[in-house]
Amino acid sequence: MRLNRILFWWVAALLPFLAGSQAIAQEDLLRTTSEPGNRGGKLVIAQRSEPRTFNPVVANDQNSYGVNARLQADLIHINRATQKTELALAKSWTVSKDGTQFTLKLRRGVRFSDGQPFDADDVLFSFKVYLDERVHSSQRDLLLISGKPLKVEKLDAYTVRFTFPSPYAPAERVFDGLAILPRHLLEKDYQAGKIAQEWTLTTPPAQIAGLGAFRLKQVIPGDRIVLERNPYYWKIDSKGQRLPYLDELTFVVVPTQDAQVIRFQAGDSQIISSLSADNYAALEAEQKARHFKLYDAGPGLEYNFLMFNLNDDVEGRLPEIARKQKWFRDVRFRQAISAAIDRAGIVRLVYRNRAAALATHVSPGNKAWFNSSVPIPVRSLPHARELLKAAGFSWNAENMLLDSSGQPVEFSIVVSSSNSQRNQIATLVQADLKAIGISAHVVPIEGRSASDRLLNTHDYEAIVMGLVSGDADPAPDLNILMSNGQSHFWHLGEKTPATPWEAELDQLMQKQLVTLNYQQRKKIYDRVQEILAQQLPMIYLASPNILVGAQENLGNFHPAIIEQYTFWNAEELFWLTPAGK
Amino acid sequence: MKSPTPAFSGLRSTDSVPRFTWAIWFLLAIHAMVAVAGFIAPYNFETQDREHPYAPPTRLHFVDCSGKIHFHPFVYVTKAAGNDLNDYQQDCAQTAGIEFLPHGDGYTILGMFSSTRHLFGVRAPANLFLMGTDGFGRDQFSRLLYGGQVSLFAGFVAAAFSVIVGLLLGGIAGMYGGKIDDAAMRFAEFFIAVPWFYLLIAVRAFLPLQISPITAFLLVVSVIGMVGWGRPARLVRGVILSARERNFVLAARGFGASNAYLLRRHLMPLTFRVLLTQMAVLIPQFILAEVILSFLGLGIGEPFPSWGNMLAQAQQYHVLVSYWWMLLPGLAPIPVFLAYHSLAETLQERIKSNI
Repeated sequence: MRLNRILFWWVAALLPFLAGSQAIAQEDLLRTTSEPGNRGGKLVIAQRSEPRTFNPVVANDQNSYGVNARLQADLIHINRATQKTELALAKSWTVSKDGTQFTLKLRRGVRFSDGQPFDADDVLFSFKVYLDERVHSSQRDLLLISGKPLKVEKLDAYTVRFTFPSPYAPAERVFDGLAILPRHLLEKDYQAGKIAQEWTLTTPPAQIAGLGAFRLKQVIPGDRIVLERNPYYWKIDSKGQRLPYLDELTFVVVPTQDAQVIRFQAGDSQIISSLSADNYAALEAEQKARHFKLYDAGPGLEYNFLMFNLNDDVEGRLPEIARKQKWFRDVRFRQAISAAIDRAGIVRLVYRNRAAALATHVSPGNKAWFNSSVPIPVRSLPHARELLKAAGFSWNAENMLLDSSGQPVEFSIVVSSSNSQRNQIATLVQADLKAIGISAHVVPIEGRSASDRLLNTHDYEAIVMGLVSGDADPAPDLNILMSNGQSHFWHLGEKTPATPWEAELDQLMQKQLVTLNYQQRKKIYDRVQEILAQQLPMIYLASPNILVGAQENLGNFHPAIIEQYTFWNAEELFWLTPAGK
Repeated sequence: MKSPTPAFSGLRSTDSVPRFTWAIWFLLAIHAMVAVAGFIAPYNFETQDREHPYAPPTRLHFVDCSGKIHFHPFVYVTKAAGNDLNDYQQDCAQTAGIEFLPHGDGYTILGMFSSTRHLFGVRAPANLFLMGTDGFGRDQFSRLLYGGQVSLFAGFVAAAFSVIVGLLLGGIAGMYGGKIDDAAMRFAEFFIAVPWFYLLIAVRAFLPLQISPITAFLLVVSVIGMVGWGRPARLVRGVILSARERNFVLAARGFGASNAYLLRRHLMPLTFRVLLTQMAVLIPQFILAEVILSFLGLGIGEPFPSWGNMLAQAQQYHVLVSYWWMLLPGLAPIPVFLAYHSLAETLQERIKSNI
């Protein structure tokens, strides 16, 4: 009798655990390999501005991506540290021999952060939304392969097949960042044609759900966004603990980097992303005393360059620019400018040696695709002068460069006034060009005005700017390098390639997109880099290192060179001391 | 206007005479130094020493590493130590004495005399950075002198501009009265009320790219001057309004003098002192306006220095905490402002005692 009662209590006490273990057994959870950590604690991250939306369908700015990627999950994910793809909501995937069909098996038993189950219908719904022209999703372009959309079919409740219209080399990388949306919450809005207006900053948190590690708890507009742990998240650590470890993740708005540095020093935020080399140096001495650690992750995917306006629609409209384009179009002129620029000086003065000088847009940080046989240009004034002489330029008695019709070579360099590093680069370039007799005026203008000139009015002569590749893969460069690309900045709106080398670039970029073999594809992309280094449509200058910092007792902190550099693995971050802040 | 008692004004004016001379001499000296910046500065304002970014002020030595005393001051050659260029070390083996009238970067003074001789300097590879260098390795001391040309000139030109416009419009308003007066004064008030800062930003944004930084800067300066004429115009109007009823003016009018003649011969000269005081008040105001504009990146562009854009670099956190010498340009305007203010005050006193 007594024994029975003890047994009864034992069973009763164990029941929740048994039920729990059964639930886990039904769920296809992803077991991570990172260091197992401790549950609990909060983490505060500062962002330049608040996200514009929680809606992954229309989000198109870094701040929104940063927060949304914590709230949502994708089928296949790019591991920011290895730059390779890994499983996420897909349990496995197979590729057809011709590389056009991807069959994805989905995890069973996974739940959205509001407790509703996830299955193939959610995947189908999500891709329907992304591909719908009326929604104007920023992801739609990614899903069009040579203008044709990919096809999505449901094979069963947990199997989905994606068919590409043609072989697609980046293949499964396309799935990264495509959040799987909760059909149960958004389908009605989609049918009513107003999905793009949903999930704004004013939407009550309870109406927003996702498959990400965190869910929305509180929004204080203009100040902070608080996320809390998603109890249904589908990752566990090697010890079987469900991720994420942190109870709360807070994004605070701190508009300038200097203010972010001060907040980080004060301990108000525990992670700092994309430090400038100057601030890195200023913080370095305090590491021990203030218990934080700085990391130099090496050159990132940002590239800064000087570019001349080669748009042909300025003819007649902007005669002064059209006149100067005769110089800009001459490749020897561009090569001379490139040879005159002291890239080592830029690396040393602007980035305090925490950057890499560039020959092309591919930085040495992009290990899989960097062409190391393209030499990084070293400053050589004699070489620059030789090139200019060959192109018909001459110098007067005051060492001023004159073109073949005797006009002095003068141009303005536009730079966004808010970016101090690019302003510094422009000033160095200005001094370098003076040495070969070119008088360049640096014109710092407000960022939006600069991009309006670049994209719409084409009213600029030269510009110093920077771009950040979204991925290590060559595919995102298509937009810039293809002559009809939307971001073919030096000459927008080309209907047919304006030069033979642009025609060759088009051909090569198309070819690499359908070449499935990595070695062959690398060879093609190497050639692309050779052409760029030779033709210099953009005069590539430098790629800064990714410099970040975090409190020293933050576990699993592995900064990466792809966004988000510091908290891409937020679900794995934990406080080494259990009572951590 | 009520005149102060003679005893009171006499006391004030004797009291202010020494200040007056002090201020004048000081201002003359500063302006002269700035005018011959090329000669006094050891380097050109745009000479970059890319091996010495953010180098601290060079130390002048009389005692060398081995403890020997020298009567001729000298410097050691410095080199950046470490990767991040935060630390400079002296090389005891390499010294360079301070030279007087050495040859260096070329310069022109007031657009007339060209030379390569400087007041002092050291021979390369040593450097003489009396106030350290900025992030491009440019000598702060030289830039401060050249920057004074921009800042002081901007203040002067803008003040002169607004005083001249103020004199014309204020004079006409005070002389003719009635509707003309009303119209001119409302116009002046409109300009006082204009948020000039936004106006400047707008003007700067619409300037074409091809114009040189100096032209762009002059345009900005004239805009500052344009906007500032409201107050002097009001003052002039007040003086003329009261003076036009005075006996000698009425007498002249009685003899048949025309309005234009009266204005030119009898009334405008009365405003002279008021305008002088206004100048002394406005110049520092406009110098400050230039410093603020440049601080915000709307002033003269790189590589030209001005006190404002030199100070603007100290906006950055790392500069603020690491390189104290970058704050020196912030101190430069202070004595200039003090001198101008004391000048204005003295002028004010004299006017009071003379009326």
